[in-house]
Amino acid sequence: SQRMLKQTLFNLLKKTLAKPGVKNIVLVEGVRTPFLLSGTTYADLMPHDLARAALQGLLHKTSLPKDAVDYIIYGTVIQEVKTSNVAREASLGAGFSDKIPSHTVTMACISSNVAMTTGVGLITAGQCDTIVAGGVEFMSDVPIRHSRKMRKTMLALNRAKTLGQRLSLIGSIRMAHLTPELPAVAEFSTAETMGHSADRLAAAFGVTRLEQDEFALRSHTLAKQAQDAGLLSDVISFKVPGRDTVAKDNGIRPSSMEQLAKLKPAFIKPHGTVTAANSSFLTDGASAVLIMSEEKALAMGYKPKAYLRDFVFVSQDPKDQLLLGPAYGTPKVLARAGLTMDDIDVFEFHEAFAGQIMANLKALDSDWFAQTYMGRKVKVGAPAMEKFNLWGGSLSLGHPFGATGCRLVTTVAHRLLKEGGQYGLVAACAAGGQGHAMVIEAYPQ
Amino acid sequence: MFLQVNTLSVRMQNEIIEVFNEVLANDAVQSAVLISSKPGCFIAGADINMIQACNTSEEVTKLSQEGQKMFERIEKSPKPIVAAINGSCLGGGLEFAIACQYRVATKSKKTVLGTPEVMLGLLPGAGGTQRLPKMVGIPGAFDMMLTGRNIKADKAKKMGLVHQLVDPLGPGLKSPEERTIEYLEEVAIQCARGIVHKKILLTKKKGMMQKVQDYVMGIAFVRQQIYKNVNGKVMKMSKGLYPAPLKIIESVKAGLEQGPDSGYLAEAQNFGKLAMTSESNALIGLYHGQVACKKNRFGVPERPVKNLAILGAGLMGAGIAQVTVDKGIHTVLKDTTVEGLSRGQQQVYKGLNDKIKKKAITSFERDSTLSSLTGQLDYSGFEKADMVIEAVFEDINIKHRVIKEVEAVIPPHCIFATNTSALPIKDIAAASMRPEKVIGMHYFSPVDKMQLLEIITTDKTSKDTTASAVAVGLKQGKVIIVVGDGPGFYTTRCLAPMLAEAVRVLQEGVNPKKLDALTTGFGFPVGAATLADEVGIDVAAHVAEDLGKAFGSRFGGGNVDVLKTMVERGFKGRKSGKGCYVYTPGLKSKDVNPDIDDLLEKFKLTPNPSVSSDSDVQYRLVSRFVNEAVMCLQEGILNGPVEGDIGAVFGLGFPPCLGGPFRFVDTFGADKLVAKMRRYEEVYGNHFTPCQLLLDHAKDSNKRFHK
Repeated sequence: SQRMLKQTLFNLLKKTLAKPGVKNIVLVEGVRTPFLLSGTTYADLMPHDLARAALQGLLHKTSLPKDAVDYIIYGTVIQEVKTSNVAREASLGAGFSDKIPSHTVTMACISSNVAMTTGVGLITAGQCDTIVAGGVEFMSDVPIRHSRKMRKTMLALNRAKTLGQRLSLIGSIRMAHLTPELPAVAEFSTAETMGHSADRLAAAFGVTRLEQDEFALRSHTLAKQAQDAGLLSDVISFKVPGRDTVAKDNGIRPSSMEQLAKLKPAFIKPHGTVTAANSSFLTDGASAVLIMSEEKALAMGYKPKAYLRDFVFVSQDPKDQLLLGPAYGTPKVLARAGLTMDDIDVFEFHEAFAGQIMANLKALDSDWFAQTYMGRKVKVGAPAMEKFNLWGGSLSLGHPFGATGCRLVTTVAHRLLKEGGQYGLVAACAAGGQGHAMVIEAYPQ
Repeated sequence: MFLQVNTLSVRMQNEIIEVFNEVLANDAVQSAVLISSKPGCFIAGADINMIQACNTSEEVTKLSQEGQKMFERIEKSPKPIVAAINGSCLGGGLEFAIACQYRVATKSKKTVLGTPEVMLGLLPGAGGTQRLPKMVGIPGAFDMMLTGRNIKADKAKKMGLVHQLVDPLGPGLKSPEERTIEYLEEVAIQCARGIVHKKILLTKKKGMMQKVQDYVMGIAFVRQQIYKNVNGKVMKMSKGLYPAPLKIIESVKAGLEQGPDSGYLAEAQNFGKLAMTSESNALIGLYHGQVACKKNRFGVPERPVKNLAILGAGLMGAGIAQVTVDKGIHTVLKDTTVEGLSRGQQQVYKGLNDKIKKKAITSFERDSTLSSLTGQLDYSGFEKADMVIEAVFEDINIKHRVIKEVEAVIPPHCIFATNTSALPIKDIAAASMRPEKVIGMHYFSPVDKMQLLEIITTDKTSKDTTASAVAVGLKQGKVIIVVGDGPGFYTTRCLAPMLAEAVRVLQEGVNPKKLDALTTGFGFPVGAATLADEVGIDVAAHVAEDLGKAFGSRFGGGNVDVLKTMVERGFKGRKSGKGCYVYTPGLKSKDVNPDIDDLLEKFKLTPNPSVSSDSDVQYRLVSRFVNEAVMCLQEGILNGPVEGDIGAVFGLGFPPCLGGPFRFVDTFGADKLVAKMRRYEEVYGNHFTPCQLLLDHAKDSNKRFHK
C-alpha cells in the first residue's frame, strides 16, 4: 500500500501518457554490439553474424527463455542477398526456437524504428505479447553486382541449349559489360547523394561550417565522456570469430576545432560545409530490444525500463527536405501525446550530419518554417541543448543504418533512469525524405 | 514600372558605370560581385526597343561601341569583378558576364546562358564575337553564336563559360528563391575574396588537351578551314537568306586574323548593318508577335482545367497527351481499340523517355509524370473532365457521333474541343446540346515539336470557353492564335491554294526535288513536295476537295485527281512510306517516287514560259498563300496581322526571314505583289486575283499592316 500511495502521488504530479483501453507497452531491455568503423574488426563477418551477436546479448542479459518470444523483427537497409530475411537467419543462429516467425523490414535509417513499432502494433492488436526487435547494418561488405547487360547474358547462358548458342552469347560479352555496379549511394528519385543534400540543407538554413564543426566536436566529446564513465551500458562485448573480443565503439574521436577546420568539403566543392568529420561514418553494428505488454513483463518478473508511447512517421519532398524528418515529426508526436517541448527531459535525435541536426533545430525554432511548411501557427521551439544527445550520437558512436533506431530508444530509457526524467523523445531522419519520432515515458521506479 | 527581367538599357548602362567608378575610386573596396536581385533573371539581354529606336546603322554602331567600351573597362578592371548568375544570362547579359573576371552560376533549371542575337537577325554586339572564341574556343563560340541556343549551367561549366556552380536551395528560414540568391552571393563574395588573396588563380594551368587544341587553332590554315567549313554549313542551312550568321563569322574572323581593334570595329559595324536589315526587322517582329501570342487576351477562365480527356490515341491525340501530362493536368487518353491505345501510350512514354536521354528530366520524373496519364477504352471518369479534346478521324459523321456520346457523360461545365484541320466548327457543333462550350483546337503535327495552336471560335462559343482553351494551350507551351470559324480557318485555308499551285507546278513538269528546292530557296524550312508528304497526301486531297467546294474555282490550280490517284495507289506520304518521295526507314535521304512520273505524265499540263521562270514559280506559290492570308484578315477570320504572321510562320513554315505574309507585303510592297499577281492572273485566271485589302494597300503605300 505504501507503494501504491507513492504511485498515486507520482501520477498526480506528473501525468502518465497511458490511454484508456490501450495496452501499456514497455521496453524491457535493449542491447547492441559495439558500433565499429566498417572495414575494421567485423570485416570478415556477415550481417546475420552481427544480428546474432545482438540477439544472444539480449538473451544473456534478460535470461529470456528461448521459446518465450512470439515474433522477431529486424530492420536493415543494404541487404545481403544470401540472407535477405536477415531476421530469420539471425534468430535461428542465435538459438531461438525455430517455431518463432521472423521478418525483416526496411525504411532506410529508421528501419529498426519500424521493427519496434511493428512490434508495438502486434502487441496492441492483441496478436503478440513478447517481441524482439532489432536492426543490423554491415557496410564492410556490400553486394556489388555485374552490370545489367552482363547479368542478362549470364541468365541467357543458363537457358542456352546448344554449344553454338552458348558460344555466341559468350562472344557477345564486351569489356564494358564487365564494369561492376555498386550499390547506389544516391537517392533513387533524385539521383542526389545524401551528403550533397545535407550540404544544401545546411546552406538553406544558413548553418555555418563553424557551427557544424562545433556540434561534431560536442558529439565526440560527450560520447567519450559517456564511454569513459561507463554510461553506454547497452553495449555488449562480442568475441569476434578469429579476432579479439570487442567491447567498445571505435569511432569516438574527440579532436580539436583546428583539426576539424583543416578538412576539405566532402560533397560540394569547393564551397560546401559538410566534411567527413562533421558527418556520420560508415559503420557496422547491430542492436536488439525486448518489447512486451506491461502485463506480460510483470507476469514474467521483469522490471521494465520505459513505456513506449506515441509515435509518428512523416515524409516530405526527397529532394529539398530529405533530412528534415525530426523537424516534421517532433511537433506532430508532441501534439499526439499532449506534451510540449518543455515537458521533455531527454532528447535523442539521430545525427546523420552535424549540418542536418543544426538545420532541424533551426527549423523547429522558426515560426516562418512552422507556418509556411507545417501548417502550424507557431513553432514548437528547439530542444534545450543541456538535454540533447548527452551521451554522444550517430556522429561519434557510429551509425549502422538499420540498427540506430533501437540504440536511440534504449539510450533514452537509460538516460531517463540515470537522470531521473519523465519523458524522452526520439527523432530521426531517413532517406526518401522520411522521418520518425517517438515519445518514451520513464517506468516508475 | 517594375520589370520582371533586367535588360541593358541606356539608363542601366549609366548606373553601371556610376557604380563601377565608385568601386574603382573607393580604396576600401578590393573586389566586387555583380548579381541580380530578380529571381530567375541575371540579365536577359539588351533592350530591343533601344535598338529599334535607332534610324541609321551608324546610331546602332555607336550603341554597340558604347557597350564595347563599358565592357572593356570591366574586363581591364584592376579589382576583380565576379558575375553571380541566377536565371537567364542572355545576349548582352552574357557579354557582360564574360567581361567579368570570374563567373559563378546556380545550377537552377532557369539558369541559361546564350547568345540568341542570331535569332533576331543580329550578332552579339558588345564584344561577344571577340571574347567568346577566346573563352570557349573557336568551334564552341561559333556553335553558340550561330545557333543561339541556350546553354545550361553544368554544360557552361564544362565549356569553360563559368568557373563555379552553386546548387539551388530548398526550404529553409526564407523562401528557397530568396535564400538561393543570398547563397549565390555568399559564394561569389568568397570567390572575389579568394581572387584578391590569390587563393583562386585566374590563369588556370592548361591541360594537355587544351594545349593541343590551342596549338592546332594557332595554325592559320586550320582556322581558314574552320571559317570555310562553317561558312559552307551556314550557306547550306540558310540558303544565304539570313545575313546575321555570315556577319558573325566575319566579325570573329576579323578579330582573330587582324587583331582586336579590327575585330571590335567589325563587330560594331556589322551590328549596325544588321540592325537595319529587313531580316532582322522580320525576326524581331516575330519575337514580339510570339510574346503577344503567349498571353491570354480572353482573361482568366472561371475554372482551371485540371482533368483533360483526349479522344483518339493516334499521332495527334497522343501528341496532345504528351504536351499536357507533364503540366500538372490529369490526362485521360481514350481510344476504341487496345492496339490503338497502346500505340498512343507508347508515344507518350517515348516522348518523355527521349527527354531523359537529353538529360532534361530524370527517369523518376518520367514515372511520376506518367502517373497522371490514364489510358482507357471507355468513358469512365469522364464525369470529372473539365475539357475533352477529340482527335478522332476527320469525318463529320464520326465527329457528330462522338460529340453526342461525350455530352452524355461529361459534367455541364466541361468544354468540348475538336481538333480538326479543316471541318468548320459550327458544322461539328451542330450536333451539340451546348454549342457555347464547343471550340476548335487545331494542333499541328508533331504536336510536341510544332509550337502553334490555332484556336477556332464560332459565333456561339462563349468567351469563357475561349479563355479556358487558350489557358490550356498556354500551359501546353503553345504559341496561340485565335481565329474565326470558316472552311480551313486560317492556316489550312492559306496552305490549300499554295498546295493547289504546287500540284499544278508538278503537272507542268517540275519534279518534286526541284519544287522543294524552289520553296526552300525562298525561305520555307520544308519544301512544298516534302510538306505534302508530311501532311499526308490523303489529308491534302481531302482538304483540297473540301475547300475547293467551299471556295469554288478560286481554289483551283492543280488537278485534285492527281492527289486522289496518288492516294488510290497507296502513296499517302511519309506515313505510308511513299508519296512524292520514297521513304526508307532509318535513311535520312530520300529519292523521288519513280512511280509518280507516269502519273504526272497522265495529268501533264503545258507550262506557259512567261510565268514559269524559277522566280515566277516561287512567287506563284507564295502570292497565293499571301493573298489568302490577307483575305482572312479582310473577312475577319483573323484578329490582326500579328496573329496572321505568327500562324503562318509557326504553323506552316512561312519563311521566318520574311516575318510572315503581312510583314512580307509591307516589306516587299503590296503594289509590286499585285503587279506580279496580275501577270499570273492573265494566264491562270481568278486563282491569282488579288483581294480587296491587298489592292487597298497597293494603292496607298502609306498603308501598312505593321507600324
